[in-house]
Amino acid sequence: MNFTNFGKYLLLLKAVFRRPEKFRIYLKAIFKQMDFIGVGSLGLISIISTFIGAVMTLQIAFQLVSDFIPKTIIGSVNRDSSILELSPTISAIVLAGKIGSAISSEIGTMRVSEQIDALEIMGINSPGYLILPKIIAGITMVPILVIISMFLSITGGYIGGTLSGAVTPAEYMQGITTDFNPYTITVALVKAFVFGFIITSVPAYEGFYVKGGALEVAQASTRAVVVSCISILACDYIVTQLLL
Amino acid sequence: MIEIKDIHKSFGSNDVLIGISGKFEAGVTNLIIGGSGSGKTTLLKCMIGLHQPEQGSVEYDGREFTTMNFEEKIEIRKEIGMLFQGSALFDSMTVEENIMFPLNMFTEQSHKEKLERVNFCLDRVNLEGKNKLFPAELSGGMKKRVGIARAIAMNPKYLFVDEPNSGLDPKTSIVIDELIKEITEEYNTTTIVVTHDMNSVMGIGDYILFLHEGKKFWEGSNKDIAHTDIEELNDFVFASRFMKAAKGKF
Repeated sequence: MNFTNFGKYLLLLKAVFRRPEKFRIYLKAIFKQMDFIGVGSLGLISIISTFIGAVMTLQIAFQLVSDFIPKTIIGSVNRDSSILELSPTISAIVLAGKIGSAISSEIGTMRVSEQIDALEIMGINSPGYLILPKIIAGITMVPILVIISMFLSITGGYIGGTLSGAVTPAEYMQGITTDFNPYTITVALVKAFVFGFIITSVPAYEGFYVKGGALEVAQASTRAVVVSCISILACDYIVTQLLL
Repeated sequence: MIEIKDIHKSFGSNDVLIGISGKFEAGVTNLIIGGSGSGKTTLLKCMIGLHQPEQGSVEYDGREFTTMNFEEKIEIRKEIGMLFQGSALFDSMTVEENIMFPLNMFTEQSHKEKLERVNFCLDRVNLEGKNKLFPAELSGGMKKRVGIARAIAMNPKYLFVDEPNSGLDPKTSIVIDELIKEITEEYNTTTIVVTHDMNSVMGIGDYILFLHEGKKFWEGSNKDIAHTDIEELNDFVFASRFMKAAKGKF
């Protein structure tokens, strides 16, 4: 995003947060988006998190071959990596692909088929009506998905580690319960909140200003995913730097 | 009544509208006509606020629209109904939900009252019983009629119609034209139709404003249009062989 686009993005956000015409209708739209973003992504996030946890355990076990390092470390490293980085960031990047492209193409198609013009002619604040429910759903559901992802990633590590024999159940359980710092959960949830905002607002911006037809909608959708992913990684660094 | 005064609009170095003025009265069908690229749709978008003109004014019954803030414009827009070229129905909603949408957003009516209004509007456009269909299940002509039903749901004072006959067969085009004219007269709306369809021009053009290369070249009614000496207008009106052959009979 260059500075012009960033300025347009901020102006769009200003319009998004104008007072809604009717709260009841917005509330209905928020629940619909929560279902799409949260429930609709649960399966994908579950599968990815479980496998990443399992693979992480195997790789840590492969690298920690020294007899001087206790195997309980495998659980500890997996826990902290999952909570601090893998669950929030990998989940957000996957969701940027799944939800971001859907949001961008939905709003972009509405733009090129004049449905957004129709909303504006009716006297409706189209950025608010179309984007606000998505942002609210994003900043509430992404943290919930990240919490589920953390749990499943650690569980996946347990299953992968014990099935392969890389670590015993007792060692793994001892590892994940030793020296646990609850502050890491806070950091992860702050990241999830920020990522939820990016995943919904950036694709909405890309879709809202589409000009042209089907090809431009597809290009906007691709751009939405790319910009979202880069923004997620940049914000990941900034939040980590600020909070740790 | 809608009055436009000295509207100028350009995109970059391309001057699309150059000093357009006109008065569109209530209860009559006002047409903006012209060839492709003449600025018809841009003028319409300037009138409804989708484009901001660089110069000039648009007045809705004496209320200056172009200088209004966002909230003031919303109040005017609640009095506007519009039929878009591609109908612009909301894909994810049924016909009933499409027509009910503005009622949901801006009225406190009960569901029963809103449903009655939806059914009345559907009856008015001869689509009774089509409530539960989705836009994808409708023909082009039906979509236009649903678009009209949605546009009149809030009893608009001003009705804007962009290319109502594009993509329609001649018979369906006439049905849509007549429907627009009937609604205009029945509800005394200020109706502005952007078209380049000569059947519409001759059939419903009570007041016609002709644009050519961004300038107003002529204004008058469908009774006068065949009797002008303006070359650009004659080139537009009598472009087809059929119209050339029929010229002497007007």
